[in-house]
Amino acid sequence: MNDHSNAIDVRGLTKRFGKKTAVNGIDIAVPEGQVWGFLGPNGSGKTTTIRMLCGLLHADAGEGTCLGYNFRTQVEQIKRQTGYMTQKFSFWEDLSIRENLDFVARVYGLPDRRRLVDETLEKLGLEQRQSQLAGELSGGWKQRLALAACTLHSPKLLLLDEPTAGVDPKARRDFWDEIHTLSGEHGITVLVSTHYMDEAERCDRIVYISVGNIVARGTVPDIIAHSGLITFTVEGEDARQLAPKLRGHPGVVFIAFFGAMLHVSGYDRALLEQALAPYRNDPNLTIRETAPSLEDVFIQLQENNGGART
Amino acid sequence: MNDRFSLSRVFAMLGKEFIQMRRDRLTLAMLVGIPLMQLILFGYAINMVPRHLATVVSISDPGPFSDSIVAALKNSSFFDIVKATNSPAVAHRMLDEGTASFAVTIPPNFSRDLVRGAKPDLLVEADATDPAAGAYAIGAIPTLVSSALRNDLKGPLAARAYPAAPVNVVVHQLYNPENITRYNIVPGLLGMILTMTMVMVTSIALTRERERGTYENLLAMPMRPTEIMIGKITPNIFIGAFQSALILTVARFVFHVPMIGSLSLLAAAGMIYIAALLAVGYTFSTVAQNQMQAMQMTFFFFLPSIMLSGFIFPFRGMPEWAQWIGEVLPITHFLRVVRGILLKGNGFIEIWPDTWPMILFLFVVGAIAVLRFRRTLD
Repeated sequence: MNDHSNAIDVRGLTKRFGKKTAVNGIDIAVPEGQVWGFLGPNGSGKTTTIRMLCGLLHADAGEGTCLGYNFRTQVEQIKRQTGYMTQKFSFWEDLSIRENLDFVARVYGLPDRRRLVDETLEKLGLEQRQSQLAGELSGGWKQRLALAACTLHSPKLLLLDEPTAGVDPKARRDFWDEIHTLSGEHGITVLVSTHYMDEAERCDRIVYISVGNIVARGTVPDIIAHSGLITFTVEGEDARQLAPKLRGHPGVVFIAFFGAMLHVSGYDRALLEQALAPYRNDPNLTIRETAPSLEDVFIQLQENNGGART
Repeated sequence: MNDRFSLSRVFAMLGKEFIQMRRDRLTLAMLVGIPLMQLILFGYAINMVPRHLATVVSISDPGPFSDSIVAALKNSSFFDIVKATNSPAVAHRMLDEGTASFAVTIPPNFSRDLVRGAKPDLLVEADATDPAAGAYAIGAIPTLVSSALRNDLKGPLAARAYPAAPVNVVVHQLYNPENITRYNIVPGLLGMILTMTMVMVTSIALTRERERGTYENLLAMPMRPTEIMIGKITPNIFIGAFQSALILTVARFVFHVPMIGSLSLLAAAGMIYIAALLAVGYTFSTVAQNQMQAMQMTFFFFLPSIMLSGFIFPFRGMPEWAQWIGEVLPITHFLRVVRGILLKGNGFIEIWPDTWPMILFLFVVGAIAVLRFRRTLD
């Protein structure tokens, strides 16, 4: 066995579907106990990567370990210590909440099953509704049930595939508090894919993948700093009308709306200044340079890499 | 390493499957409803030897002989005499109108010719728009008539009794002398209903998990393919056994199908047959991407099963290539086994030639099912 400093340590991970390369030789090393965010446009290969890591897809190339086990040959051992939460709710909607938890506990052969399920129901606050069918739960509750079910066997590694898609902000916040508790108190390593910037900002590190390749990685400030992006904000009543006029101007790489505010970004400060110069004197507009936000950086990454949208 | 085959995981899977089955009321109702509906349809509604066919007799020569013939026709239960007339025209009109399916005409001078030994004609006209409907009834007439007249031709006329029907067509129906369709159909239904429900229910086993996205979850857990398969298949064995018991009970007490042979031998053969069908269903379920495809595959298997097995058409009447396909299908052999055991009282030695092909089928298809099962989502 390897030293346990990295919960996930894979190199050259590759997956092809026919002629299409979904994941193109990526390296990921996640130290134990950290929470990593996995970002990228739809169809960029996030789900495929996660599925390869937990043995659901056979990798065409690549080597390395998950939890110290060879991820290609010791899939069974990895499965026992990994919790995987799928993008779509994948527990049994025609089983009750309790029956779902009970089934999971039986499959993992967990001792003292009844007590464990009771405790989990209590922790979830679902004791009163334990005999309700899982399919009748709302999106937020389904997500909480899924998280509880896939951590029932106290895994060391948690792979979460867009766990908060379609869940309200309060439930998302609670979910992330739970993730940080799991990682902080139980030392669980988490790899979570998401499209939400606020969630990405709660991660220790971010990996950005586009068309099967990792195009950026690091902490949030690192990624922003390395983007080389210069951003001006334009505020004011008529800010929105400015967008079509600025678009296509040399030096303006992209324009994004943030509410009533406009983010105008590029790589060359002089050219950007030049583009904005005609509007500097407009009394209705306030133009100033700011630090690019993570979202600006991601839009840039997506545009630069022609990220596949499906 | 405790990732070897685990009985407790099988039980976990079984528990889940039984709960899900219990919740799926519609499917459960269908599994009971299909056998009952088919039994009633085939047992009652569809009668391949129609009886009580409306018949008109046109008698141009009344007398004791014609009385005997009419009485014999009536007693045979093939014919219901709806009208007796002395006008052939009336009889024809009734045939035209469809108020009678048969017209039996006793010509003038019938008695005289009969007594003289001149072999008078007895005209039987049948409405042949549905040729199958009257075939058995027509076949029965010569025998009915000659045996009826035999009673009348006594004393000095006794010499006429036998030459009256010099060529006696002997139709000797073994095992089912009265040609009761349901003796043949009801045991056949056992094979057909099991083919339909077993393959259908099993073919959606994995497909449903795949379609609902729960398959991914199942695979992410430490479950082995054999554990999943046993967990998925076992509840269906119970269903199959239950359906068989239901069909046989109705066959025995409602349709009075004779059961001469050993029921435990039938149960053993039935188990092999059910296992072979489950293997087919499970193979489909490893291939089908959604439940619609699973249904289509089921029907792809079901159609030759009913057409080429001898259930609908007499097996020996089919072209040779069709017989070869029929021989591969487990239902063909199972039908022979069921009819053999129930109607002929066959034992193990007699049914073995039709048992080993089912076992062979089970192992070949079962191997395909296990090989096709993928442990990944690839």
